[in-house]
Amino acid sequence: MADLIVKDKEVVVPGQVLAKGMEYLPANGTYREGNEIKALQIGMVTLSGRLIKLIPLKGVYIPKVNDVVIGRIIDVGVNNWLVDIGFSNLAGLSLRDATSQYIVRGADLSNYYKFDDYIIAKVTKVTKDKLIDLTTKGRGLRKLDEGIIIKVTPVKVPRIIGKGGSMISMIKEKTNCKIMVGQNGVIWLCGQEPEKEKLAIDAIYFIEKNAHVEGLTDMVKDFLEGKKGEKK
Amino acid sequence: MKKRKDNRRLDEMRKIEAKVGVIKRANGSAMFRIGDTIAVVAVYGPRSLHPKYLQDPERGILRVYYNMMAFSGSGERIRPGPSRRSREVSMVIEKALTSVLDLKEFPGGVVDVFIEIIQSDSGTRCAGICAASLAIADAGFKMKDLISAVALGRIDNDIYVDVTKDEEDIEGMADVPVAYLPSSGKIVLLQCDGFLKKEQLKEILKIGKKVCLEIYKVQQKALKEGYKK
Amino acid sequence: MSIISKHIRNLLKEGKRLDGRGLEDYRKDIKIEYGVSKNAEGSARVRIGNTEVVAGVKMDVGEPYPDVPNKGSITVNVELLPLSNPEFESGPPGIEAIELARAVVDRGIRESDALDFKSLCIKKGEKVWFLLIDVYSFNDDGNLSDAIGLAALAALKDARFPKYDSKEGKIDYKKKTDKKVVLKELPIPVTVLKIDDKFIVDPSLFEEKAMDARLTITTIEDGRICALQKGGEKPLTEDDIDKMVDIAIKKGKELRKLLK
Repeated sequence: MADLIVKDKEVVVPGQVLAKGMEYLPANGTYREGNEIKALQIGMVTLSGRLIKLIPLKGVYIPKVNDVVIGRIIDVGVNNWLVDIGFSNLAGLSLRDATSQYIVRGADLSNYYKFDDYIIAKVTKVTKDKLIDLTTKGRGLRKLDEGIIIKVTPVKVPRIIGKGGSMISMIKEKTNCKIMVGQNGVIWLCGQEPEKEKLAIDAIYFIEKNAHVEGLTDMVKDFLEGKKGEKK
Repeated sequence: MKKRKDNRRLDEMRKIEAKVGVIKRANGSAMFRIGDTIAVVAVYGPRSLHPKYLQDPERGILRVYYNMMAFSGSGERIRPGPSRRSREVSMVIEKALTSVLDLKEFPGGVVDVFIEIIQSDSGTRCAGICAASLAIADAGFKMKDLISAVALGRIDNDIYVDVTKDEEDIEGMADVPVAYLPSSGKIVLLQCDGFLKKEQLKEILKIGKKVCLEIYKVQQKALKEGYKK
Repeated sequence: MSIISKHIRNLLKEGKRLDGRGLEDYRKDIKIEYGVSKNAEGSARVRIGNTEVVAGVKMDVGEPYPDVPNKGSITVNVELLPLSNPEFESGPPGIEAIELARAVVDRGIRESDALDFKSLCIKKGEKVWFLLIDVYSFNDDGNLSDAIGLAALAALKDARFPKYDSKEGKIDYKKKTDKKVVLKELPIPVTVLKIDDKFIVDPSLFEEKAMDARLTITTIEDGRICALQKGGEKPLTEDDIDKMVDIAIKKGKELRKLLK
């Protein structure tokens, strides 16, 4: 007898039994052990026909090809850089993936990216051993200038960006800040006024906390305007 | 019915409390309290592991650092620094946590788990594992199950659940910390200090499993509350 | 210079800080809790914003140092736990932790005459009390230094002597007496940072990374300085120090109220 133990949109924790019997199939974030389907993470149950999936409420960043990420230069080599993108391996950025400019042999690569610089890069390769290659050649990819770096849990990034970028655009507009959101949960901001910058940062953390709540867009709008209203 | 010094029944656990997200900088964190024993855990990772020779090219490694704060014990100050006991406790906790974590997604990397005992009234390694499994879940790792643990004991011919320091100090008692995967009842940590008849061990494991399901309910609630606020 | 430091400096040029605070403002939520670890003879938790530290006092009886046969003493240990900051490494206290223990906590308490060490004497030349202070960082969101200084004092305030059987020469840790540790002074450390030509207190993590130099100034109630420790790689002028000390005395008075 098949038994669905949890409801759609219910928040579950690792090991929690979601269904019994063979009728349901485990999908993203769930697994089958014998007669039971169990959760692998803290997440929200999503039923899709016979599939039981989880929308993770918190997650670890696993790089995928074409992810646009924000990374920090950790090491400058002879013809490459090592970049920390918040994963267990440092990512590699080779000279030819960094710039189309002609570089003299033996040139000091610190002239392009030096230690502690932040860059927006795209993941071009993820090997089976999880070695990562990046590129900064491409639209919007570059070294970041003055600003603040904050971190959020990577699974909330889609909510922070919003459908077609709607959420992040709203924040940018209402706070007059430039904002770049990396798929790895690293976010760069730069505003004209510190009060508005703080508002943008607080709004992002607000979304991170309430990502699974219905009507989030309106809540964020109120948050941005309510706070603004307080400022006299 | 036999009552204990603190008026508990033999099969009764002390009051438990759990909370996640207590250390903001960490990737995941949790506090677990049972009676007067308090453990706080922070998880960092997956992150780069150096030096390179420590890396495992096939999977990430888990490192556990269990430590008792200098003023956490009931007697003299505890000299800071790893002791043989703390290293042994770190290792058994590490083995227990590794059984539920899939680290193949982070080859060459490391997940660091720091366990600090703020206050101790026995059962510290069990409190540590309860908090550690919560902290790892709080960090968003994929885990087959949480881990729930409690220390049972045999005093004379009776089985006691969740022994205190006073009970642990009784001459001739057997101290049995045990940790379970709540959804399957599988055991991931089991130690014994003292004499046990086989039937007594079986009894201990049966009771322990039941008690740990109670602990699991509190752990579940703590994780879910972490997302409501 | 990292892009974050650049941004912090540009904000400061206009006298502004990222979280909207004034240059001489501590974070609003400073909380001190006493008795957070029951087995300690005294303990406290201090939170400044999200920065959190826990301190505890254990007591022991032993032979006095030969040059001061009628005085007890303190030892201070500070640990910057890797639990509190991903950049902290595990292992014995590093130089930052040692500096905090010696120059901020120990020196402040000792040089301010806050403790009457003679009152820790049980039997001259034979038995004195030692107060063993341990402070641990739990979450680093900037300004661990001042939080640590406050926590050590709060733990001492919370401390009660355990029962000591002088005949047996044994301490019964399970029995606490009502006898308090008498603190004649409350030496409050205030760390002032210099970034370009601006001075700020209670730095955030980002501001700490942007600092040119810092001065931790420990003062007592009447405004006298009892300990100083300069840090950072850039020099300070006499005028700088003058301004920083004034700030520290003022802020010290405010923080002291929280401990009373």
